[in-house]
Amino acid sequence: MVLAEAEHFVRAPNWTWYILFYFFLAGLSGGSYVLATLLRLRGDSAAEAVARLGYYVAFPTMLVCPILLTLDLGQPLRFWHMLVNTTPGQLVPIFKYWSPMSVGAWALVAFGLFVTVSFLDALRRDRRGIEGAGLLAKLWSIAGAVVGLFIAGYTGVLLAVSNQPVWSDTWALGGLFLASGLSGSAALLGWLARHRRAAQPAAGAFVRAERVFLLLELVLIVAFVLTLVPAGTLGRAFGFPWILLWALALLCVLPWLRSRERTRSAVAADGTVAAPARVVVAPGLILTTLALISVLAIRAAVIFSAQ
Amino acid sequence: MVEITPGRAYGFFTDTSVCIGCKACEVACKEWNQLPGNEPVFGDGFDNTGSLDSQNWRHVKFIDNVADETMQAGDGKAWLMMSDVCKHCKHASCLEVCPTGALIRTEFDTVYIQPDVCNGCRDCIAACPYGVIGLDEHSNVAQKCTLCYDRLQGGMEPACAKACPTQSIQFGPVDELRAKASQRLDDLHGQGIAQAQLYGADDSVYGGLNAFFLLMDKPEAYHLPNAANAVLPSRNNARGYLATAVTAVLAVIGGLVALRRRREPVREPVPEPVRKQPEGGE
Repeated sequence: MVLAEAEHFVRAPNWTWYILFYFFLAGLSGGSYVLATLLRLRGDSAAEAVARLGYYVAFPTMLVCPILLTLDLGQPLRFWHMLVNTTPGQLVPIFKYWSPMSVGAWALVAFGLFVTVSFLDALRRDRRGIEGAGLLAKLWSIAGAVVGLFIAGYTGVLLAVSNQPVWSDTWALGGLFLASGLSGSAALLGWLARHRRAAQPAAGAFVRAERVFLLLELVLIVAFVLTLVPAGTLGRAFGFPWILLWALALLCVLPWLRSRERTRSAVAADGTVAAPARVVVAPGLILTTLALISVLAIRAAVIFSAQ
Repeated sequence: MVEITPGRAYGFFTDTSVCIGCKACEVACKEWNQLPGNEPVFGDGFDNTGSLDSQNWRHVKFIDNVADETMQAGDGKAWLMMSDVCKHCKHASCLEVCPTGALIRTEFDTVYIQPDVCNGCRDCIAACPYGVIGLDEHSNVAQKCTLCYDRLQGGMEPACAKACPTQSIQFGPVDELRAKASQRLDDLHGQGIAQAQLYGADDSVYGGLNAFFLLMDKPEAYHLPNAANAVLPSRNNARGYLATAVTAVLAVIGGLVALRRRREPVREPVPEPVRKQPEGGE
């Protein structure tokens, strides 16, 4: 049979569940680190308390990433070949800036260092009851946040730098994964902040942040759609059954767009009641879980529809 | 007998106009390279190999666009055979993305996967525009045609070219093959076969293919990307990272604004002031 479209005759790499959950956790880990740093820079004690929560989230999520990537390899014990060229007579570090997988491998090493140090530092400060963060910790966090932004976003570029249908037809995936990773992190940190007393005053701010990231995400989904039209792969990315995942991703974040402002009376520690005020309330477990499902669904739709 | 010297570019000229679909190339390739092969697929045609992959480094494609019951001569639209193979592109997508350095260009200007360096990440599979590479289920690394790297090192021509009974597969230095191909094309055009065309002999497709073809129809008919569609993965690096960077800047600004300090009272009454939450996320 003669095909009408000549564009893609490529084989699918079979990147499936390990890669899906790596993309998910990379988005959450990178996103949490970034949000934690933004709050740390705010400087007040409530913000610093949430910031540390962010570093606590970033550490375990980061830790799982290399495990998933290693398990996905055909030869898992050769995971270190990503960093060292073992061509006979060479045995030197390998870094190809034009290959996102090569850059990503090094970025993951760097991010691992930043997250581990920030995690241990946050633990130490909490143990000793230190409220603020020093200049050095702030500078370290800023540098780590830059790598965190990269980790959360480069996975989309990795997919695009290929000849696969859908993935290579768009420039929007890196931004889309970054925005959705940040939105998932904002939901998660907002919920966690409700459960840490010192962090509670900052919890509502995450709802506003979540909306900012969701707006970015929506813009990038539109860009994604528009770039697929001329390539003729729109039907592939949004056809059945993938349309269900896109619908799920959208439905899961809809409740976040409802107003979450409530009138509350504040009670001070001595029991005096302040005048009622409008407060943004961070959502509970269900809405947080829905936001995370949305992060996962978007990545699943992108990964599985192309292959 | 072709003399093989390192430092010179070698490749295949596959002339599909004389391919008879015997698959001797496939058999010779599997025998020499000790490829166990896949289970044959019996479908609607003579092609029971399916596609190039880790087991099939030569694949005779049958493009048979002929009606099942031909009422009269000339009903068929196409009856084409093509022994497909890794193109050993000058600008190779697989080599570009490979993060381990397993994919190299050899002293014979061929593209080779070092099996003991490859860790099976499959980025090359996502990149190859011809669907040449497959992950081998025995060695768990990526495999494809080596252009018989071991035979070349021993001064022997690749097994498929050696076995081809019609000289549809010709092996030699790329410059000599190109001259032959252009002569052959002129001959065919002279015989009135206007549809004959070369694919990959010039630099319009991936800078030139070391394994190039004479086709009897448009590249699309053989499921090959035409010059306009022959694009490298790295084309998406700059715009992909740029879009990510713009998103990052907007997200950080938006995040700073959204997370800024506001005058807000404590969110809700603390039920039991004495109960202390465990701190430190443990």
